[in-house]
Amino acid sequence: MIRKIINVICLSFLMLAAASTSYAEHEVRGFGKIPDLPGGWQHLFNEMLIDITVIGVIFAGITIYFLIRYRRRYAGQEGRPPRLSIAAAIGWALIPAFIFMADDLYLAAEGWTLFNDYRTVPENAYEVKLEGQMWSWNFKYPEGVETVNELRVPAGTPVLVRMTSRDVIHSFFLPDFKVKEDLMPGRVTYLWFYPKEPGEHLITCAEFCGVLHSSMRGTIIALPKDEFNKWIEDEKRALAEEEAKGGA
Amino acid sequence: MAHKVGYGQTLKEWIFTIDHKRIGILYLIGSLAAFAVAGLMAILIRIELGSIGPTITNPQTYNTWLYFHGAAMILAFQIPALTGFLANYLIPLMIGAKDMAFPRLNALSLWLFWAGIVVALLTFVIPDSPDIMWTGYPPYSLRSGGNTAFYVFTVHLMGFSSIVGGINLITTVIYMRAPGLTWGKLNIFVWSTLGAFILQLIFIPVLAAAVTMLLFDKYIGTHFFDPSAGGDVLLYQNLFWFYSHPAVYVILLPTMGIIYEIVATFSKNRVFNYKMVVYGGIGGVVLLSGEVWIHHLFTSGMPDWIRLGMMVSTLMISIPVGLLMIGLIGTLYKAAIQYTTPMLYAVGFIFLFLIGGLTGIPNAMTAIDLAIHDTHFIVGHFHYVMAVSTTFAIFGSIYYLFPKMTGKMYNETLGKSGFIISFIGVNVTFFTMMIVGIKGMPRRYFDYQQFPQLEGLHFIVTIGAFIIGLGALINLIAWIHGLAAGKKADDNPWSSRSIEWMTTTPPPPGNFHPIPELSEDWHPYGYGNS
Ligand code: HEM
Ligand SMILES: [Cu+2]
Ligand SMILES: [Cu+2]
Repeated sequence: MIRKIINVICLSFLMLAAASTSYAEHEVRGFGKIPDLPGGWQHLFNEMLIDITVIGVIFAGITIYFLIRYRRRYAGQEGRPPRLSIAAAIGWALIPAFIFMADDLYLAAEGWTLFNDYRTVPENAYEVKLEGQMWSWNFKYPEGVETVNELRVPAGTPVLVRMTSRDVIHSFFLPDFKVKEDLMPGRVTYLWFYPKEPGEHLITCAEFCGVLHSSMRGTIIALPKDEFNKWIEDEKRALAEEEAKGGA
Repeated sequence: MAHKVGYGQTLKEWIFTIDHKRIGILYLIGSLAAFAVAGLMAILIRIELGSIGPTITNPQTYNTWLYFHGAAMILAFQIPALTGFLANYLIPLMIGAKDMAFPRLNALSLWLFWAGIVVALLTFVIPDSPDIMWTGYPPYSLRSGGNTAFYVFTVHLMGFSSIVGGINLITTVIYMRAPGLTWGKLNIFVWSTLGAFILQLIFIPVLAAAVTMLLFDKYIGTHFFDPSAGGDVLLYQNLFWFYSHPAVYVILLPTMGIIYEIVATFSKNRVFNYKMVVYGGIGGVVLLSGEVWIHHLFTSGMPDWIRLGMMVSTLMISIPVGLLMIGLIGTLYKAAIQYTTPMLYAVGFIFLFLIGGLTGIPNAMTAIDLAIHDTHFIVGHFHYVMAVSTTFAIFGSIYYLFPKMTGKMYNETLGKSGFIISFIGVNVTFFTMMIVGIKGMPRRYFDYQQFPQLEGLHFIVTIGAFIIGLGALINLIAWIHGLAAGKKADDNPWSSRSIEWMTTTPPPPGNFHPIPELSEDWHPYGYGNS
């Protein structure tokens, strides 16, 4: 008997270990296996759109049918509803409840996976610091370079943005990458995105931050890798020169 | 109209009234006034957004409009219309009581509400009008030059009014029911309002605490929300939504309740599966409503595990709400549906609420929300699910109770055309708004230069707002016309079984002479029992 219990305990630990290794694998996604967030988002969104359209069409269809079918035909007419037996009454509560619950859990499970991708930063991401203020975005690169309202990144590398705010809450929103996260004074938050190809993308603020909230915008410029490297070297040199001048 | 002793029509007798019906009507007048001003703001906001670039105003003024529109619509229009006007007017009548349990307390809550309306309206005359949006997030609300105290005092007055009203109403339902009116025979509206007031009593103190801390931070120098002195900005958001999410159910429950009354009356049908509606639907909403507030903080930097947990609990709210919808649609089964204006509004509600409820599912899904949070998608969604579907319920209920309140009938043609125009208008406006949001447009934007491709859609939204405005105007005309020139109404023009129609029209002071006798097999929805 005791042996059996020990076996069960060992087995559950083994299973836990297996589960945690699969989680660990999930976490150390390297290059080449970078999850496609906007693609995953669009996929889930479409799936959910189908889901709610089906539910909506069923409910609306039945309603419209009833509304037409059961119009009052003469003054003083009353409805003739069936009497529900106790079993039917309980069934009409429990069965729909379970169908809704199943759908909820299904969507939750799908959403859970995608959310984990959103929050698991791929290895070797290029890390940039962002400080928001009324009303501009101030970026600081690992090389010490700083820019305002313009974030240059190497195309083909995932980018991690660590954010905070100097004054009020702002929200770093990249519509093209389907991602946003708030910037707050006193806290550091993060998000990551993956500029696959060279190109430009909009940055816009999604948390009300005062008079110029709607003008708080910027651009992400994804450059081909060598171009980016050249740019950052140039900037670094300029920075060094300035410092030398300032120091002299 | 029979003038009973002590029931005169002078201004003084209205102002000092402690009669629940008059208090209800005064609530209605106040909330409709708030709706008119806040609706005007909505139109101005939409004119501004109709095209790119400053159109009719500057960002500062725009933000004040937006602040006023949101705060007034919720705090001064919807909650007072539902839990002030409808609950006060209907519930004592529906349960066969002479009045509320504490009529003077009732007058107090009315006048607190009116004080709140006056404070809210002062927004437009003080030099430093608040611009902090109805959510009032710090640190912005602490740094803003706008007068945050106005916001806090409005919330205090409205909240205090609700608490006083809630205690009164719960007591009334428990102790003042007519003999023979058991819990199993209460109208759905009574049940749902009871649920709403229980939520108010639990959660309003949290909101009051949150905004009071805001006040102290800004004007007294405490640092609850100031990280540089050990405070935390997220604390406010948690406290705020801990009330304000349940608040949408405070709005939803009476809305559902009154829609059930209208649908049952004009279908001449029993409410489908009454017990499921009460226990599963209303009870389920009350139980779950407190477990979902984090879905307003999905992009705020909350820990990941709680975002996932609250995704699941948020999705679960679809169970009680789905049961409420099934009860509603089931009530139409084998019915005898009569299409009066209130019934059209109720049917309109079903479709608007369906769209609104289903578009809530994407917001509840954490990962999806990362892209649509704080965009016009959310604005479109919540206008469907709460703003306009509830407004439809309120308008429908005004038509429904019009004969009882005024002793006159309204004109069906006017009423129906108002409905049709409003229904077209809200769909044009808010469906288009959701599309704008999916394309990336954030909310609370005075301008959108960075989204030039959205100008055409924004223009359509603005046209829709004008159509809604026209619909609202026709409603106003219908009510004034009914008051001035309506035909005399019968005591029970809708042939309802419910108690509120058993008294004369309009009901005399004391409501019932004598208190109605409820036979053993009487039921408020006892149609088709022959
Ligand atoms: C009459 C038709 C209405 C129109 C055309 C309208 C339009 C708008 C617009 C354009 C916004 C601002 C979107 C943004 O940039 O964030 C807004 C916000 C809002 N509306 Fe309405 N609205 C209407 C009715 C209502 C009603 C009946 C309610 C009742 C609850 C309501 C509650 C709100 C709230 C709470 C906000 C958010 C304000 C904020 O961001 O602080 N609206 N509405
Ligand atoms: Cu900002
Ligand atoms: Cu902003």
